[in-house]
Amino acid sequence: MPLTLTVNGTDHQTDLPENVPLLWVLRDDLGLTGTKFGCGIAACGACTVHVGGVAVRSCQLPVGDVWDEVTTIEGLGTPAALSAVQAAWVEHQVAQCGYCQSGQIMQAAALLAEIPDPSDAEIDEAMQGNLCRCGTYPRIRAAVKTASAKMKEV
Amino acid sequence: MSRIGKIARRSFLVGSVAIVGGVGFGLYKVRQPAANPLTPPEGAAAITPFVLIDAQGITLISPRAEMGQGVHTTWAALIAEELDVDMADVRVIHGPAAKAYYNSAVVGDALPGRDYDKSEFQHSVAEALGVLGKLISFQITGGSTSMKDGFTRMREAGAVARETLKLAAAEQLGVPVGQLRTAQGKVIAPDGTELPYTALAGAAAEITPPSAPALRDARDWRILGKSQPRVDMVAKSTGTAQFGIDVRLPDMRFAALRINPALGGTMQGYDDTAARAMPGVEKVVPLTNGVAVVACNTWLAQQAVDAIKVQWGASPNPPDTDAVFARIAAALDDAPNSTMRDDGDVATLPTGATLVEAAYRAPYLAHATMEPMNATAHFTGDALEVWCGNQTPVFQRNTCAKIAGLEPEAVTIHTTLMGGGFGRRGELDFASYATELAVAMPGVPVQLTWSRAEDMTHDFYRPGAVARFRGAVQNGKAVMVDGQIAAQSAVHQAMGRLAGLPAAGPDKVLVEGAFNQPYAIPNYRIRGHIAPLDIPVGFWRSVGNSFNGFFHDTFLDELAHAAGRDPLDFRLQMMRGEHAPSAGCLETVAQMSNWTGKTPEGVGRGVAFTYSFGTPVAQVVEVEQTEDGIRIARAWIACDMGIALDRSIVEAQMVGGMIYGLSAACFGEITFAEGRVEQQNFPDYDGLRIHNTPVTEVSVLETNAHMGGAGEPGTPPSMPALGNALFDLTGRRARSLPLMHDFDLLV
Ligand code: FES
Ligand code: FES
Repeated sequence: MPLTLTVNGTDHQTDLPENVPLLWVLRDDLGLTGTKFGCGIAACGACTVHVGGVAVRSCQLPVGDVWDEVTTIEGLGTPAALSAVQAAWVEHQVAQCGYCQSGQIMQAAALLAEIPDPSDAEIDEAMQGNLCRCGTYPRIRAAVKTASAKMKEV
Repeated sequence: MSRIGKIARRSFLVGSVAIVGGVGFGLYKVRQPAANPLTPPEGAAAITPFVLIDAQGITLISPRAEMGQGVHTTWAALIAEELDVDMADVRVIHGPAAKAYYNSAVVGDALPGRDYDKSEFQHSVAEALGVLGKLISFQITGGSTSMKDGFTRMREAGAVARETLKLAAAEQLGVPVGQLRTAQGKVIAPDGTELPYTALAGAAAEITPPSAPALRDARDWRILGKSQPRVDMVAKSTGTAQFGIDVRLPDMRFAALRINPALGGTMQGYDDTAARAMPGVEKVVPLTNGVAVVACNTWLAQQAVDAIKVQWGASPNPPDTDAVFARIAAALDDAPNSTMRDDGDVATLPTGATLVEAAYRAPYLAHATMEPMNATAHFTGDALEVWCGNQTPVFQRNTCAKIAGLEPEAVTIHTTLMGGGFGRRGELDFASYATELAVAMPGVPVQLTWSRAEDMTHDFYRPGAVARFRGAVQNGKAVMVDGQIAAQSAVHQAMGRLAGLPAAGPDKVLVEGAFNQPYAIPNYRIRGHIAPLDIPVGFWRSVGNSFNGFFHDTFLDELAHAAGRDPLDFRLQMMRGEHAPSAGCLETVAQMSNWTGKTPEGVGRGVAFTYSFGTPVAQVVEVEQTEDGIRIARAWIACDMGIALDRSIVEAQMVGGMIYGLSAACFGEITFAEGRVEQQNFPDYDGLRIHNTPVTEVSVLETNAHMGGAGEPGTPPSMPALGNALFDLTGRRARSLPLMHDFDLLV
């Protein structure tokens, strides 16, 4: 019996068993490869998506337990219509290899939704689960602050 | 249709019409004297194209792979500068296969007098790994770096293309070519008539490109020397950038593997009864030293692989870390493999001098790229296609061909973006295993993904190393340094593994960062000793410098302390007469950090310096004692790479390189038990995170006479700078890495 899942506003069906983590449904079944696999044990944040607006490690969430609509990096914004966080990422030229950045951006977007004007300590707290082996942290911090300022303007 | 037209259309471009009439400009044609053509192997292009202009626009085909270092952006900028196009109008794609590109790598002057195969090998290794270049440059006159090579070559590609387009326009307009100028992708006639390049491409294809015109003076640069928006930035901020792990093909299957955790041990048999009954599983395939499961989903494949009971053969290596390091340390008493520096006399202690001795140790390290190893392969019986992020397409192709029993020409390597390389993706294991699987599943594309544990336990590690230093100070100066370093030779091992060549000769890489530092010390000797071990080792960001930077610079700090001198002044005094740009870096970092040699209670500062890959880098690191442990609070970096083509990218590389080094210095170690690697995932092998990364300032100087690298030189000095800061804070000397064992670091 296929399972129905709402991702980025679209309903999808999957025949995969319910214990398959959301990450692997998104990537291998729905073809939404923007969400990345890094560790598989909630240690790196590369797989971060939003479920009902909350940042979640999709490698740890069995697809059968998804309780609300899912937003992935593809649903946050597109190259033609960047979200405020993505625009700040581009402005600060954050990405190096770029592999961790989907997760970083989703984590930052959730942080700013909760705390529109985060302090450095709040940024540290929210973002420290997201590993970046390229070491883009200084620019991530700057981009979070820019996105925060931009979002307040609107 | 031209060769490049076919390749580009097949591999990358959708609209075939637009490509017809496109023109590729290559330097092979330009540089190669007509009477002495190379004889490219079967199927190779006769021209090596870097610039493709068609009705769609301007495409740069990059023979270098993008792994985060910004090479696509900077190489595009080099071409755009001479071609007179805006960066926004240039598109960059990876070369579709070695076929089209490695020929260009051997063009004439880089390695004179070498036969074709030899040159191809040397160039590929040197360029792709950026490591053996040191060995290669040892053999040729002048030893230019790879960036320097691209620096001229890509600008020439742009200039040749521009002049060819002008010739085409001159013919079309009946105006002498000398009266034409170019701007923003157009040829402009004296009367104001504008012909876009895209409209001239067809005509330009018929014209023999002129020889390379003079390149523009740096003073006239519009693009180079200024930070450009990276060409990959929007894609990497929107989840639309395609890495190897994101390749999706029709009817593709997903696979996971388990390789013998006892490194070097064989796979003797397995029971897959349980695995075969698991959901989604299609096939279990034995591999060299391992086993794989093919399923409809990567996670299901991983679960099934875990359910296979395998009989593993034992590792031939020493069983545990202590035994491994005992073997390495014993090599210090063997005859040296190299004595790359031997100045004065280190046998006798200068009269009245104070003797200083110290021993150091650095662990094995994993690369831990953010994107785990993976490759996708599709075998159809008479052809093989492989998709993977890789730094060595020629080696990948040849290796995969051998495994599949095909001619190299029947194999196509598609190079994707890389979620980190750091030296790991020059290896051949991912494409090899994917090929083994594809051959077992003819007609079915298979994507093979390493779990993080597989990735971490089957790396080609940064070799563990030990060092023994003796030195002496007198009147506030170092008068003697005698260093010995022992480690496995990554170069020797890789020569055999990647290229099938026997290993021999002095390994310069093993001692780089120690023997070649710009200090005037009258009695100065550095010897390298190769530890005879077979643990898989490879090239890790900055390679030998990554341990030698720590050993050598920490020892200088110890000498400064013994001499009662300020550690920054101590280094500077010995450096000034030896290499001015290096001294400039130390002076700059002193100014930036407002270095006084004194720190308030609870704060420590360390300075360090390493000259590597042609770029001197000085760093100051500041640590502070907090309630939660010692925090790396701030850092300052000064580097001098001669010409900085893009400061934003250079700065990012310097900071990233430093963080990579600090991560290793704090937490990085690969240890062994029963021949197996003990670390499995990021909790066991963590890096710095946003909260324990220092606030950093970078200064990029441009006084060095040679153009240096950017991606690696930020790494080596970070480790001693931190260790020296910890010494300043605690009075305890950091002689062994990682530091978390001896210091209470903020995690
Ligand atoms: S893959 Fe989910 S946290 Fe690393
Ligand atoms: S940009 Fe490479 S891991 Fe973060």
